[in-house]
Amino acid sequence: MTVRDYLVLSAAMFAIGAYGVLGRRNLLILLMSVELMLNGVNIALLAFARVHAATGEHAHVLVLVAMGVAAAEVAVGLAIVIAVFRNRKTVDTGRLGSLRG
Amino acid sequence: MSDLLWLIPLLPLAGFATNALFRLPKGAAGMAGCAGPAAAFALSVGAWREAPVSQPVFDWFTAGPLSVSFALRADELSSVMLLVVTGVGTLIHVYSIGYMRDDEGFSRYFAYLNLFMFSMLVLVLGDSIVLMFLGWEGVGLCSYLLIGFWYKDLRNADAGKKAFITNRVGDLGFLLGIFCVWQVFGTLDFSRMDPARAGTALEPHALAAAAGLLLFVGACGKSAQIPLHVWLPDAMAGPTPVSALIHAATMVTAGVYMMARMHFLYAAVPGVLELVGAVAVATALLSAVIACAQNDIKKVLAYSTVSQLGFMFAGVAASDGAAGIFHVVTHAFFKALLFLGAGAVIHALGGEQDIRKMGGLGRRLPLVFGVFAAGALALAGAPLTAGFFSKDLILQALLARGWHGSFWLMLAAAALTAFYTTRLVVRVFLGKEEHEHHVHAPGLLLSVPLCILAALSLAGGALLEHPVEGYLARVLGEGPRGGPGTVGTAVSLSTLAFGLGATLAGLLFHVEKGWLRSWLGTPLGRGLARLAERKFWVDEVYEVLVIAPVRMGATAAWFVVDRVIVDFVLIGAAGRISYAAGWVLRLPHTGTVNMALVSFLVGALAILVMLIVRLNA
Repeated sequence: MTVRDYLVLSAAMFAIGAYGVLGRRNLLILLMSVELMLNGVNIALLAFARVHAATGEHAHVLVLVAMGVAAAEVAVGLAIVIAVFRNRKTVDTGRLGSLRG
Repeated sequence: MSDLLWLIPLLPLAGFATNALFRLPKGAAGMAGCAGPAAAFALSVGAWREAPVSQPVFDWFTAGPLSVSFALRADELSSVMLLVVTGVGTLIHVYSIGYMRDDEGFSRYFAYLNLFMFSMLVLVLGDSIVLMFLGWEGVGLCSYLLIGFWYKDLRNADAGKKAFITNRVGDLGFLLGIFCVWQVFGTLDFSRMDPARAGTALEPHALAAAAGLLLFVGACGKSAQIPLHVWLPDAMAGPTPVSALIHAATMVTAGVYMMARMHFLYAAVPGVLELVGAVAVATALLSAVIACAQNDIKKVLAYSTVSQLGFMFAGVAASDGAAGIFHVVTHAFFKALLFLGAGAVIHALGGEQDIRKMGGLGRRLPLVFGVFAAGALALAGAPLTAGFFSKDLILQALLARGWHGSFWLMLAAAALTAFYTTRLVVRVFLGKEEHEHHVHAPGLLLSVPLCILAALSLAGGALLEHPVEGYLARVLGEGPRGGPGTVGTAVSLSTLAFGLGATLAGLLFHVEKGWLRSWLGTPLGRGLARLAERKFWVDEVYEVLVIAPVRMGATAAWFVVDRVIVDFVLIGAAGRISYAAGWVLRLPHTGTVNMALVSFLVGALAILVMLIVRLNA
């Protein structure tokens, strides 16, 4: 597998995630799609790290930090989703319009 | 004495402060209210014995060439007024304790009354026309407060407003008059104005005449002369002792006092006094006619007061002051007595004021009947009573001036005075009892002031005429002297007028002669009665000529300025513009999460594109 294949995979994951974020209306799926986008970016990062191996392990550290932050973000995100569900009895973004101006 | 003068106004002011600041029990509040005026009376006697005395208390203000000092001065003229104000005032304060005993506003009442005394004493004692104006406005304020004393009844509050607003018209004249006085004399202090004392002669010119006229406008307002007389009858809405003190004995005579104070100005300009005399005669005659047809005991006395004030102005105009001021003194005695007596009647009948529902009270209230009759005799000008002497002086002065038309008209007014006074006494005290009231007699606090005033009303004229006249002449100078027949003519004709008026009223209302009654039934008699009863429709004319246009103007201004310009154009447009801007800005804020994410992504892409373009450039 070449770098190009990894980048195609990464772009595909990012695009699928973006589609999920923009096109779906379930908050949980939105959250999962965000994870997909994040991990697509991570794969791209690691692929480039492989190409430029001489630069050391900086990219690996960055990816690990991103995964850690993502885990925390999911924890907060899920808590918000639960709170929204408790208050509004729904996780459908089409029916969460109270910020309408 | 000259260093104690400042205490005379200050003591009532202390009484005002006491009753205004502390909630005393009624006994203590009444004592505090009476102590100030009584002490002021004692000091006034001292001031009168040593007059003229003056005391500069402090410098009030200085502006360029104008310097006004808070200086008090008790000369012969002001000390006579001083004695009347504090003496009659003290008696009325004592009476008020009994009269207002059951009123919940007792302390407030005495606070206002003492504030009035303070203002009135500043008016009388002030050595500067500005100080007089200060007191003038102060008594106006207290008059307003006390007319509307029972403010919970809207009619009383309206009467207070009417008095205040009518007085504003006069006060504007007074203020403009003060400006003219400054131009004419170059000073505002009475003691430096008087040409006799300053040793200069006052040239008659237009500005001096304007000053005299404008000051007279002020006097018309305060002293209820035509055409500004309409407030005084309405002012009877206040408690009866207030009517006695403010609207009969003291405040309403302030205009007479002011004109006497400025007698040198009026003496210097020709024509103004003739106008004053004409207004005074018209007022005296017309309000005497109105008084004949009123059925409210206090309204009769109120129109009588307006009429007697006309006598005073006629006296001031014809005699350079002295006769008018002497009538102020005697009128203070008998009119205060009549009002206090009327108060005792109203008190005894539990608030009844309509004389058609009275009658036969003479047997139930012999003391009140006695003193009221004494006051009525003095008002009617029965020979040897106080009113006889002072009215006679005025008539003599008119004759001596050669104002014969005025003399005869005033004689008619005097006859009418006797007529309505007799009618009042007959209706209230004689005849059949036409009421089912529980009559209760006045207590000691009401009786003692009544008796003192009754004695003064009967004997005050004979005792005081020559002393007061001679005393006043030291300030005002000798008035015009008539020929040898003047005194005899005036005395005999005024006695005749009294007899005629009193007999006619007695025949009409007591004996009820048929032929007189039937004359009242003719169209002419009915028309006259209706004219008098409706007070010549002056209030209605003012309603149409003054109040309606003002109200229309106010409504138009409200609609154009408030509704159209402010509400619609200014406030409305500002609101509409922000609303439209808000509507436009609201459009992207759909509140949909996906839409927010789309715009977020678009934004992120835009930043990315920008970065790439920058890097490649």
